[in-house]
Amino acid sequence: METKLRGRVVVILAVIVLCVLGIVGFPRDLQKLKENVRNRIRLGLDLRGGTHLILQVQVEEAVNITSDLVLERLRDEFRAKNIPYADIQKTDSTHLILKGILQEKSEDLRGLVDEQFPDWQLSRVAGDPAARELALKPSAAAAIRAQAVQQATNTIRNRIDQLGVTEPTIAEYGRGEYELVVQLPGVDDPSRVKDIMQSTALLELKLVRDGPYASRESALAGHGGVLPPDTQLLPGKREPGGEAAGSEAWYLLNRIATVTGRDLSGAAPSKDINGRPAVSFTLTRDGAARFSRVTGENVGKQLAIVLDNRVVSAPVIQSQISDRGEITGSFTPQQAADLALILRSGALPASIKYLEERTVGPSLGADSIRHGVVASIVGLLAVMAFMLMYYRGAGINANLALVLNLLMLLAALAYFGAVLTLPGIAGVILTVGMGVDSNVLIFERIREELRLGKTVGSAVAAGFDRAFATIIDTHVTTVVSALILFTFGTGAIRGFAVTLTIGLVVNLFTSVFVSRTIFDYVLSKREKGEALSI
Amino acid sequence: MELFREPKIDWLGKKWYLIGGSLVLFAAGAISVATKGGLGYGIDFRGGTLVYVKLAKQPDLDAIRAELKRQNLGEATLQRFGAAAEHEVIVGLGLKETAANEALDAGKRAILTALGALYGTSPAGKSDFNNASPQTVAEQLIATDPLRLAARGSEEAVKTYRNLAEALISFRNSPPRSGLISDFQELRSVEGATPILVEALAKDFYLSGFAVRNTEIVGPKVGADLRRQALYVTLAGLAAMLIYIWFRFELIYGVASVVAVFHDVVLTLGIFSLLNEEISLSVIAALLTLVGYSMNDTIVVFDRVRENLRLNRRESFVDLLNRSINQTLSRTVLTSGLTFLAVLSLYLFGGEVIRGFALALVIGFIIGSYSSVAIASPLAVFLQERFGKRRLGERPRVYEREAAGVRR
Repeated sequence: METKLRGRVVVILAVIVLCVLGIVGFPRDLQKLKENVRNRIRLGLDLRGGTHLILQVQVEEAVNITSDLVLERLRDEFRAKNIPYADIQKTDSTHLILKGILQEKSEDLRGLVDEQFPDWQLSRVAGDPAARELALKPSAAAAIRAQAVQQATNTIRNRIDQLGVTEPTIAEYGRGEYELVVQLPGVDDPSRVKDIMQSTALLELKLVRDGPYASRESALAGHGGVLPPDTQLLPGKREPGGEAAGSEAWYLLNRIATVTGRDLSGAAPSKDINGRPAVSFTLTRDGAARFSRVTGENVGKQLAIVLDNRVVSAPVIQSQISDRGEITGSFTPQQAADLALILRSGALPASIKYLEERTVGPSLGADSIRHGVVASIVGLLAVMAFMLMYYRGAGINANLALVLNLLMLLAALAYFGAVLTLPGIAGVILTVGMGVDSNVLIFERIREELRLGKTVGSAVAAGFDRAFATIIDTHVTTVVSALILFTFGTGAIRGFAVTLTIGLVVNLFTSVFVSRTIFDYVLSKREKGEALSI
Repeated sequence: MELFREPKIDWLGKKWYLIGGSLVLFAAGAISVATKGGLGYGIDFRGGTLVYVKLAKQPDLDAIRAELKRQNLGEATLQRFGAAAEHEVIVGLGLKETAANEALDAGKRAILTALGALYGTSPAGKSDFNNASPQTVAEQLIATDPLRLAARGSEEAVKTYRNLAEALISFRNSPPRSGLISDFQELRSVEGATPILVEALAKDFYLSGFAVRNTEIVGPKVGADLRRQALYVTLAGLAAMLIYIWFRFELIYGVASVVAVFHDVVLTLGIFSLLNEEISLSVIAALLTLVGYSMNDTIVVFDRVRENLRLNRRESFVDLLNRSINQTLSRTVLTSGLTFLAVLSLYLFGGEVIRGFALALVIGFIIGSYSSVAIASPLAVFLQERFGKRRLGERPRVYEREAAGVRR
């Protein structure tokens, strides 16, 4: 054997070893081998079962919260800096209109905005010299939206992790619409997970000014139709066991919360003094300092525990409390455990909306895998049998190249951690088709050259050389379009593009390099004048 | 073995028969699409709710329909699915009914309630084994500890019960049960399922007469966006191919091959409409595969044309193209035949989930092979005669450039 040929054989054998290692690792027994393959060749949800969700983060809510805060801060600043104004209105989530600004205070206002609200743009309003418009800069708004998506991703990941779902994926959907894809393998009843993911879980502890009232109207009537400044009315339910238990109850609360979910350092399900399920929480040092001051000053008053703008309970402060507290209400043990989980993982920056939900039951997933395997093996065997029949000796050559092609494709998927989905299998089929095609092209060409009366050696060389240009063209054309699909497509289309691209690159190697090497090897062993089996 | 030995068929002389065939198919498809009011999009693109269920006995569609009506789902569609012996049905809701509720999955839950009322006689406090996940079963077993394993340490008990639950559920999911058992005693054949364990399961669980195999809920926004995206991405892919072929060959070859590929996609969609098959996301993946395959096929022919142009100066373009098609004919037939074999096996053995996908490939691959000869080649001749000569006189431009290259 020539040294050049030997070198090529070594390269091929090394690639085979690397591929097999990539797929099976270093198993100690058959059990471990199966496990390794299952871990490395990751199947998509459509094949193995699980839940796939697409949800949208309502990012405008996060922008709204920001502009609400700015509105509040402006009022305080105007008061502090002594800038008189008639009114501040919010026209939409990114625009505020300031009315009744005196001309001589114009400069003060500009200075204030530049210094305190650098994300906002101050401008005059046409037709009203005393009015100013304050607009959130587009770049700042985009940053808030992006941050909301990021924070939502983290929060949701936290919650799912704590639920013990194995190998979840949470990723941006990539359409620029603030959407996330959540994939939960093995979860075939998503309702509980969905509820947990969806809770905004905005926890606030607020002092009760007055109440409870039976309805919003009676609460308003009790205050002459107007709410006192810095207060709000929120609904809840009357405590069980008391008077009119379970009926609607409206509380008049301080608008500013004493502590919020951000001040929590931990939360766990517990039982209250009556043995009912509850959630106990601990506060950060900062939160505890505030909590202890407020509770100390307000012993005997009620403190409302507000979750997502509903009063869960409003216990009376018995004594000064420092760093821990308990949320009671009418919870089931499951609800208490879920609430503790949600509080631990933090609040969502904005609510989320589900756009798509798919659940592949485990029995269907198992069916799909079995059918897929049977169909692939039958198809592959049929193709290989035909190649053997048609090309005889050279057919072995093509079949080896084909098997190596699939082996390398699987290994590449394992090494890149790519997921094999149904559209991915479409990519594999096209790869197999093009792999067979490359070999057929080469063999037909060799036959043609032999018919022209060339010697075996030069016919093989010419066959490979001539077919090479065609193979390059067909492969590059397809890779180019696969790259476009990968760049601009999402989900299913991407899965197709990934396996196709890998498959084609691998195919160039197997059909040109490996197949050629086997031919050369056969030729080197051949007696002079012996015919080629093709 | 050899199929063809130097065939001499005048393909371009028969071009009008071939193009005529395409036109007839196109017209049939177009009429079908028009009369059906557009392409039959699957749930991926039109939105809505689908619930696939397997029942323990022959489904009584009227009873299911009546029960659905009781759940205010009068609009729901109901159809049989798969082999008759599998007792499977699909309950579907349109986009309007799905989007009517604030919660995306309200329709699905109502469907499950209706089926539960018919087939799931639920004794109080028990959960349904046929719709339970391994986690639920494991948790239940760990809580009740029927095998008294806790004495040997809780960690080992948890591990044993988890493995047992996995084995039980995977037994339930494998055929012929495919997700449904009708008697707890069936579980006895699972390794480790002692009579005590099976008895404990029977005490804590009940067996409903249906199992949910698959649910899909697609909201209004996703479907339309997806449809647009699939179209744009495919067009972008075609454009990229056109540019590459332009660069490697000539613009006319690029145009001819892209038109041929486009022809394949359009005809396949038309046949799908004729067969009343739905266009789902996986069908789109199949169409993308078809684009790649058909392009491959066309390039092989054109590559031979390029090579022959370089070698032969006198032959007319039509003769040269005919000769190129004939030279590559055995390869075309072999490759198409072999890939067709692979795809056919996918269609026959691939199961219900990928049936639509495999069908699109089966149809598409036939059309794709045919179009390289029937559409791309005549179009290349037409374009060559129309635009090739005008700029460069008698000789085709490719020939000119390649010849210059050879001389150098």
